[in-house]
Amino acid sequence: MFVRLVTAILMIVAVFVSPLLAQENALRPIIGEFAAAKKFSAVALVIDRLAATGDPRVAVPLRALSAGKLKFRKSDNAVFIVEQSGDQIILNDPLTGKPASGESVASTSDLKKVKIKNSLRRKIDTALSGLTLKSKSTVVRLQAAQTIFAASDASALTALDAALESEKDPVVREAFLDARASALLTSSADTAEKIKAVNRITARGDQPALALLSTLQTSAPAELKLAIDEGIDEIKAGLQLWSSAQNIWYGISLGSVLLLAAIGLAITFGVMGVINMAHGEMVMLGAYTTFVVQEAIRTSAPALFDYSLLIALPLAFLVSATVGLLMERGLIRHLYGRPLETLLATWGVSLILQQTIRTIFGPTNREVGNPSWMSGAFELGQMSITWNRLWIVVFAFAVFAVLYFILNRSALGLDMRAVTQNRRMAAAMGIRTPWVDAMTFALGSGIAGVAGVALSQIDNVSPNLGQSYIIDSFLVVVFGGVGNLWGTLVGAMSLGIVNKFLEPYAGAVLGKIFILVLIILFIQKRPRGLFALKGRAVES
Amino acid sequence: MNTGFIRTIGRVNFIAILIILALAVAVPYGNLVAPPTSLVYVPDYMVALLGKFLTYAMLAVSLNLVWGYGGILSLGHGAFFALGGYVMGMYLMRQIGDRGVYSNPILPDFMVFLNWKELPWFWWGFDQFWFAALMIVLVPGLLAFVFGWFAFRSRVSGVYLSIITQAMTYALLLAFFRNDMGFGGNNGLTDFKDILGFNLQSQETRATLFALSAVFLAGFLLLVAWITTSRYGKLLVATRDAESRTRFLGYRPERVKLFVWTLSAMMAGIAGALYVPQIGIINPGEFAPANSIEVVIWAAVGGRGTILGPVVGAFLVNGGKSWFTGLFPEFWLFVLGALFVLTTLYLPKGIIGTVKGFWQARNARKQSQKDADVPKDTSRPATVEAPAE
Repeated sequence: MFVRLVTAILMIVAVFVSPLLAQENALRPIIGEFAAAKKFSAVALVIDRLAATGDPRVAVPLRALSAGKLKFRKSDNAVFIVEQSGDQIILNDPLTGKPASGESVASTSDLKKVKIKNSLRRKIDTALSGLTLKSKSTVVRLQAAQTIFAASDASALTALDAALESEKDPVVREAFLDARASALLTSSADTAEKIKAVNRITARGDQPALALLSTLQTSAPAELKLAIDEGIDEIKAGLQLWSSAQNIWYGISLGSVLLLAAIGLAITFGVMGVINMAHGEMVMLGAYTTFVVQEAIRTSAPALFDYSLLIALPLAFLVSATVGLLMERGLIRHLYGRPLETLLATWGVSLILQQTIRTIFGPTNREVGNPSWMSGAFELGQMSITWNRLWIVVFAFAVFAVLYFILNRSALGLDMRAVTQNRRMAAAMGIRTPWVDAMTFALGSGIAGVAGVALSQIDNVSPNLGQSYIIDSFLVVVFGGVGNLWGTLVGAMSLGIVNKFLEPYAGAVLGKIFILVLIILFIQKRPRGLFALKGRAVES
Repeated sequence: MNTGFIRTIGRVNFIAILIILALAVAVPYGNLVAPPTSLVYVPDYMVALLGKFLTYAMLAVSLNLVWGYGGILSLGHGAFFALGGYVMGMYLMRQIGDRGVYSNPILPDFMVFLNWKELPWFWWGFDQFWFAALMIVLVPGLLAFVFGWFAFRSRVSGVYLSIITQAMTYALLLAFFRNDMGFGGNNGLTDFKDILGFNLQSQETRATLFALSAVFLAGFLLLVAWITTSRYGKLLVATRDAESRTRFLGYRPERVKLFVWTLSAMMAGIAGALYVPQIGIINPGEFAPANSIEVVIWAAVGGRGTILGPVVGAFLVNGGKSWFTGLFPEFWLFVLGALFVLTTLYLPKGIIGTVKGFWQARNARKQSQKDADVPKDTSRPATVEAPAE
């Protein structure tokens, strides 16, 4: 008890006077005292004295002590950090950890280990985190706070209080307060204060808080236990909510990928009634355009790498739109009114495109890099969001908005809608339907190319890229209903979200199968999709 | 055999069926009896290859029945084929007995490997050939019946139907890839030893399987010829060409379609069941949507809506594939792609259909020359196709 009191006093004193003590020649004598410490209690005292200096450099000898490498030479009581490799014994300076020049021992029997046991190791850990609490780096301080929080170590309380006084950073301060609340729970503080602490921990609402409360739950006295139980329930409910939010986010993310892949298809299918099986290959062409653009940038202007996607976007649109235009003029217009034949012919085109890409770029995956603004992730509450997913969601909605604008506000859009609703009447009104068809097909294909730029960021760029999206895109279009962009949006999002919610219960593959079966059943109920176009012209 | 029968199924078709039946005898003879130096000698690999083509032709014939005559473009016929194949594979697996790697008398190797303790219920009965034979038609038939019943009742047609058939085979592909399904997962079923007690590796068994395939193909052709010339066949074509009109005339197009759809699935199942013992393996890859679409091109190249077209198409395309992938493996997909494009653009009726068109036109010309005062033939039925735009 006396020792503890002394330690506490020393520590408090140390906090105030530490800048004075933090001199190298002040540290060495204290380290030297390890040689004289014959009992555990004596070792503990030395540890406390070292910790009290508040100098981060004491981490080196303390860690060595913790690892059992701190030894002293019997002949002159000099303390070293001893490394042994084979027969060789290396003596390191106890403060710097670097090899001590000119020092040597004949054999290990000349050295004696400083006594250490687990309770002391814990003491060292706490002491070290007390030191790290005052580190200059915010990251180190935050980490220290988290360590104390997880360990719920009452002995860190004083250090925390001291650190709190000088802490300016609001984020770190919050972390310290959390850690303090955690430490309070195992201290001898009164119940009212502990309940307050529990409430604070509950307010964190994350996984570590739940883990902490769960470990304390069993040993807590009745009154506190009540608060803890409530806290646990609250955190669990909160976490449930967050995990749902995370699932919805994953769903939106998957949905926007589906939306990107399907939206071009929705246009060509909706307006022209053409099932373009080569649509996936348009996506692939976009992805390969991105690859080529990045390669060109790598070799000629590496500084532009962050803009590579922006440069690739218009190019991918042009490449895919051109291929689409050629397809429409050369092939599809000869097959109007024969949807099944169109399907087969475009499948043929897709095989040719795939093999062309395979011949040029090889069958293996191509590396498409993430620009810096698309890498990494950030935390939002209890969920983690990666930047590339976020950008793809934003991008998908942007593409949707642009298309919506084109369809509803531009002259081409007016023509397209007229042709969708009643082709012959539109032709009678002087709209050049073949031209509208060509433009529509080019637009739909171009959009697929743009989608390819985005998908190159999250998927393997290989000749088979398109194949993996084509069935999903069809299902989105069929589910959402043709000739209606909103249908595609709702279709893509609901498929994405349902898929992600099924995954935890059924696994990825079964979830997907389930969705396929659901859609097959859904089509029975509503053969023309969720948002069916109504009107006389629709009935064929 | 009376001439009425021959006239019903068509003279050319009749000759073709005879040729196929002749092959059923000639190829095994050439393989088993003829000396290797002989002109009619057929090497082993040729028997296997031709046998495979025969089962492909059967699959194409079954697809042609629904597509060519019923107007239902199935992009999932490979699923029925694969299901038939899996049923046969299950029977063959059970025949291995304790000769597997793990020498388990009941469980197939992959189940032992997965630490399964007993045979799942859906494997029961597959040690009996009669049961497996029944399942070969029942499993694809039942799936097709349920699927078709839902689809045709709610009048799903055209490309929508094509897409959901594709989704169906895709879903099955994913399902069969799973180890938990109990069908060998990724590796499928293989290492077969014998069928009905005959060693699958022996020349005689393989020749017999070839002959069986040929006989079944001939049977399929007869069946298609009989169906399409029957009263039901006329109704089927009517449903294809003008579904609404047929309905308003008092028929039930959904029943017409459901029958032919289910029958066709059963035929595909039989084709798959004959395919597996000749190839020696069945794996989920057979469910791949791309395979099913390839079947469509066989029928299209040969001529859909003709009895012999799918057989000709299956042999030509697959023969070309074997030849091409041997010589220039890079270019096969180009050729296949071009086949899809060119056939739909320039040969919509396929080879047989086009030849038939020429033949009929020549006959019509001869006829009109013969009696010059009779005006040009107007009795030819107008093709009912949606006008362009």
